[in-house]
Amino acid sequence: MLNYTIRRLVLAVPTLLFISLIIFSLLKLAPGNPLGDLPLTIPPEVREKMREALGVNKPLLVQYLLWLKEFFVVEPLHLIDVIFGTHYSAGMQRIISWQTRSPVFDIIAQRIPQTLWVVGLAYVVGVLIALPIGILSAYKQYSVFDQTGTFAAMLGLAVPPFFSGVLMILIFSVYLNWFPAIYNTNLNVDSWHNFWLQIRQMVMPVLVLAIQTTSQISRYLRSSMLDNLSQDYVRTARAKGMSESRVVLIHVLRNSMIPVITVIALGVPSVFGGAIVTEQIFLVNGIGQLLITAIYANDLPMVQTITFIFAVLIVLFNLVADLLYGVLDPRIRYD
Amino acid sequence: MTDPKERQDPRAVGEAMLAEATLGPDHDPAAEMVQHIAPPRNQWWDVWDQFKTHKGAMFGAAIFATIFVAVIFGPYVWRISPSYIDFTAMNGGPSLAHPLGTDSLGRDSLARLMTGGRISIAVGVTAMLISIFLGTLVGVLAGYSKMLDGPLMRLTDLFLALPVLPLLLVMVMLFRDALAHLMGLDMGIFTLIVTAIGITSWMHAARIVRGEVLALKEREFVLAARSIGTPPWRMITRHILPNVLSPVMVAATLGIAQAIITESVLSFLGLGFPPDFPTWGRLLYDGIQYMQQSPGLVIWPGLAISLTVLSVNYIGDGLRDALDPRVRGR
Repeated sequence: MLNYTIRRLVLAVPTLLFISLIIFSLLKLAPGNPLGDLPLTIPPEVREKMREALGVNKPLLVQYLLWLKEFFVVEPLHLIDVIFGTHYSAGMQRIISWQTRSPVFDIIAQRIPQTLWVVGLAYVVGVLIALPIGILSAYKQYSVFDQTGTFAAMLGLAVPPFFSGVLMILIFSVYLNWFPAIYNTNLNVDSWHNFWLQIRQMVMPVLVLAIQTTSQISRYLRSSMLDNLSQDYVRTARAKGMSESRVVLIHVLRNSMIPVITVIALGVPSVFGGAIVTEQIFLVNGIGQLLITAIYANDLPMVQTITFIFAVLIVLFNLVADLLYGVLDPRIRYD
Repeated sequence: MTDPKERQDPRAVGEAMLAEATLGPDHDPAAEMVQHIAPPRNQWWDVWDQFKTHKGAMFGAAIFATIFVAVIFGPYVWRISPSYIDFTAMNGGPSLAHPLGTDSLGRDSLARLMTGGRISIAVGVTAMLISIFLGTLVGVLAGYSKMLDGPLMRLTDLFLALPVLPLLLVMVMLFRDALAHLMGLDMGIFTLIVTAIGITSWMHAARIVRGEVLALKEREFVLAARSIGTPPWRMITRHILPNVLSPVMVAATLGIAQAIITESVLSFLGLGFPPDFPTWGRLLYDGIQYMQQSPGLVIWPGLAISLTVLSVNYIGDGLRDALDPRVRGR
């Protein structure tokens, strides 16, 4: 197992390098000039200095390696400095946003809590709703509940988040006036009243994201439960007089969860992607909204870094899913 | 065998057929036999029979056909131009002149919805074709050639690890203007979006096709074809490709739905088609500002996207069952 983990970690390095190269070259090959928006009256020597300050006058390979160094060496060192109060990264060049002229990771650190709150909670809620639905639809296969569940899941996968979100705003904010349409990030949860406000403004974004998760996970759980319910060990468990709830909820569910848990792990990065849309609808100023504004502002270092963070998340959770599978299922041993 | 009672039994009929084959056509029972053998049937009729039993798929097919016909032929019947601006009818509700109301510039929503649908479905189908072409190419090459298998599958894994939505957004942002200069505004953006979606969504098709090809390669008919000296190219086009058609068709159907959603997400984020070139996603995006006065501007395009995707997904589900010989006939 340890061997396998190490091998996978080593294999992840070229994957990440390749992806970083794709992202970097896509951004660099693109037409466009970082100083294109500046007035033409700037003298050429000043312009040259500005290019130097932005680091766009060096050869492409050097720029790429510098970016890698900044991403993998300087920023982690800075993180260590912040946590332990050391000074390893003092004087090193960090990744600077063209838009705000401040380090990219400082801005991301400001935005991450909002995204994690909304996206993370939505994922947990989505999975929690999916569990009973999946179990019941498998246990009562072809029942009315199962048919409705199947249709609801198809619907949940077909209705894009930007439509379900807008529809929710229309119904619950405009007509019923139950929840606010805009997420207020400045809200400081310091009293029960504000806590209540925070919950109210989180309901809709969380629900919109949770619908997608629920539809997917409940389908997986259903088919996994169905596979297990017809196994011999289930009949044995029933034959020795176990209660039905014990058979289904302990024996079958535990075995059915093995593939589902890997699906849950694999789905985490895609939820961050889905957050891009949801944050745009409800105006949550999280990391997805940061990406969109950076794209509009042509802030290449920011776009590059956020896109690469998404890629790191995907590779990481792929690894987590594979390892979890090995840990949870004793039939699978990576040796 | 000559006992007439036994001949009613289907097994006896089979034996009689054998007898006919061995004894020659002038053997007596042959004339009666002909009635028992069903006329030769194309296998697609079997597929259709199985498809018909899937209620959801039939329903989906009906809805998709309706949307398709409405979008293709609708503008010939409903002759108001989608870009005709009428300031006397701004933000109008549903009326006889404008059944779905009008937008903030008084343009007819129904006409815009139909034009938008044409583009959305065209994007979906074209992007699907590109992604299926790439996926089948990579899948067949990886499955057929041992040498290419490793590198191509690593490439597929790498593509699967790409953050698709951010990359699509970046691609559209960076290349939109350049391609618009090169090919004109509408063609440029259409080519860009279709290619971008196509080259970021071929991986699943490639994996499915590779698996199928690997299994097919071990079958006897492939061995037979190889032993008579079939060259690789003919082997692939004549023996392998027709046999991977079923999984490819299912992947293609589901790919249309995925491409339509991806395009509308791009348009919704303002990085898709320009406003005078309305797709369903763009119409929805434009409608959000006026959501409170005229909710129809948001609801109709959203409903169109959802219904199309839902019906296409159901068709894909039905096709998967119908094309699976293990399910067929049950």
